[in-house]
Amino acid sequence: MADTKPRALSGPRTLLDKVWDAHVVEQLPDGTCVLYIDRHLVHEVTSPQAFDGLRLSGRKVRRPDATIAVADHNIPTEGRAQGIKEEDSRIQVETLERNVAEFGVPYFPILSPQQGIVHIIGPEQGISLPGMTIVCGDSHTSTHGAMGSLAFGIGTSEVEHVLATQTLLQKPAKNMLVRVDGTLPAGCTAKDIVLAIIGRIGTAGGTGHVIEFAGEAIRALDMAGRMTVCNMSIEAGARAGMIAPDDATFDYVRGKPYAPKGEALDRAIAWWRTLPADAGAVYDKTVVLDAATLAPMVTWGTNPEAVVPITATVPNPADEADEAKRAQLARMVEYMGLTPGQKMTDLKIDVVFIGSCTNGRIEDMRAAAAIAKGRRVAPGVRAMVVPGSGIVKQQAEAEGIDRILIEAGFEWREPGCSMCLGMNPDKLTPGQRCASTSNRNFEGRQGPGGRTHLVSPAMAAAAAVTGRLADVREFA
Amino acid sequence: MDKFTTLTGVAAPLPMANVDTDKIIPARFLKTIKRTGLGVHLFDTLRFDADGNERPDFVLNQGPYRRAEILIAHENFGCGSSREHAPWALLDFGIRCVIAPDFADIFHTNTFKNGILPIRLPREICDQLMEDAKQGDNARLTIDLAEQVVVRPNGEKIRFEIDPFRKHLLLNGLDDIGQTLQHAPSIDSYEAKQQAEKSWMPGITV
Repeated sequence: MADTKPRALSGPRTLLDKVWDAHVVEQLPDGTCVLYIDRHLVHEVTSPQAFDGLRLSGRKVRRPDATIAVADHNIPTEGRAQGIKEEDSRIQVETLERNVAEFGVPYFPILSPQQGIVHIIGPEQGISLPGMTIVCGDSHTSTHGAMGSLAFGIGTSEVEHVLATQTLLQKPAKNMLVRVDGTLPAGCTAKDIVLAIIGRIGTAGGTGHVIEFAGEAIRALDMAGRMTVCNMSIEAGARAGMIAPDDATFDYVRGKPYAPKGEALDRAIAWWRTLPADAGAVYDKTVVLDAATLAPMVTWGTNPEAVVPITATVPNPADEADEAKRAQLARMVEYMGLTPGQKMTDLKIDVVFIGSCTNGRIEDMRAAAAIAKGRRVAPGVRAMVVPGSGIVKQQAEAEGIDRILIEAGFEWREPGCSMCLGMNPDKLTPGQRCASTSNRNFEGRQGPGGRTHLVSPAMAAAAAVTGRLADVREFA
Repeated sequence: MDKFTTLTGVAAPLPMANVDTDKIIPARFLKTIKRTGLGVHLFDTLRFDADGNERPDFVLNQGPYRRAEILIAHENFGCGSSREHAPWALLDFGIRCVIAPDFADIFHTNTFKNGILPIRLPREICDQLMEDAKQGDNARLTIDLAEQVVVRPNGEKIRFEIDPFRKHLLLNGLDDIGQTLQHAPSIDSYEAKQQAEKSWMPGITV
């Protein structure tokens, strides 16, 4: 995955080492490995050119039974039964449907309840399991590492490579341990943990590494929270994040549609229990955080490391000594329409987006509803909730979460990537300020000229009912 | 994939860190089923205003840099989304080499798959090359992959490191699926072993 490094052939191994070693088909003399891929998730945006490549070279999909396809990135989140209005989006989805039919790849159709964001449905369906290697042409594939798997994003050429060979040519990544000790204070969530980590190590802090998240605060997270943390590994530059599987993982897997059952599950668990790092395993880099010191976090700038506690103020670029960094910070302040020293809680918002592969699970819907219940979305604010999958939507509706949100003035929409990246009609207009539970606050990410503040689902709901960025701890 | 051997051309200075792939090509241009034709959207938001007019202060809108074949940038180039549309857009514009202090992992891999050479050089050397690049047409850089050097306009040679396997693929324009398929017997035996040892792992059918 990155530059080669000498690896001990014996001795204590990390979680990454064990999963890696179990998938090496062959190691070439220069250290490059032919790495076997257990699960390949395919979506409409990064696959058309890969299937075309197969056709041009007369190749087949080697393991359709290890592949699952779904459309998520540019499908509309309303009126779906009437078809996709935007022509280029419709062509992309139709192309996927033609390709999966031609190559025999399993597919969850748009109107089926199994449809959803690829990184939500993998774990939800029991397709993503501990100890697996999982890839997808999407950088947030790191999400599945929460299962104790090695999961990472690839480009379209590698999508074609996996379709054709079920392998990738890779060099081992370095091991990085991020240990979060202590207990998370009230009002703080997995999202705040991972934003704080990115704030600490920076957007390139994990480049060339796979991050293993460990420690008491990580262990205490439910699977949804662990997925949120691993999801944003890529925002720290790490291609993958992993969390050692434990009883919480096995309980989550049990009963999932595509997970092993009965005696087969027992055998799987017996192997999964051997995966956590050995005592004395060595990491190339270690970072330690104390969860007890965290506060609800919010990004102020245009990359995820530009993050502060909600109680803070907009930083002053003039305080930065390095000239290039100072210029970058000044550009962020300007793009985001901020004034140095302004309180984050004074920032008025126009839009709230709750959803995405980062925070589109049932637990996230519940967290938003808990704040929304009995309150109203502030005048002038558009607040949308987009469940991560049809299954999440059904579950939320069974729990009455949709009613709570709709009564509070939120839009309750159909599942997909939606305003996380604005490939469908859900976009910010220039200058609009959005509290978003997604993963990237890059310039123009949610629509040209849009201004994104990344927050947890509870913080997003608090912003919706307040009309400005708000400290969720004041809603207790 | 086209071979990469030597390249002499105009280098465009882009003194920005954390150039993410959304900047290189925004998501709204990913709704294509082709690899080609994305050059017109390269750096769309930086290059064009809301009405589609060129922003004269952006480097690729200026004289010789419209024909740039080399791009020089700062740290963490290509971070964010895995979209291979980013190298496709660079290539379609005409850029065959990006020089930066470091690259994000997925982008770094994606460039090689498309015959683009990413060169890692220390920040201070990137800054020197950027000064060269500011002379536009009068200061072409030469990249020699076989020798692993960047040749400055003054003749000075700067050595860079590259993974030998990736260098081999680039120099010969080799398709790496073809390389991997040479190992098909190993893949067959791995699958047989996996079926025996991990028989708990179900296949996916719908």
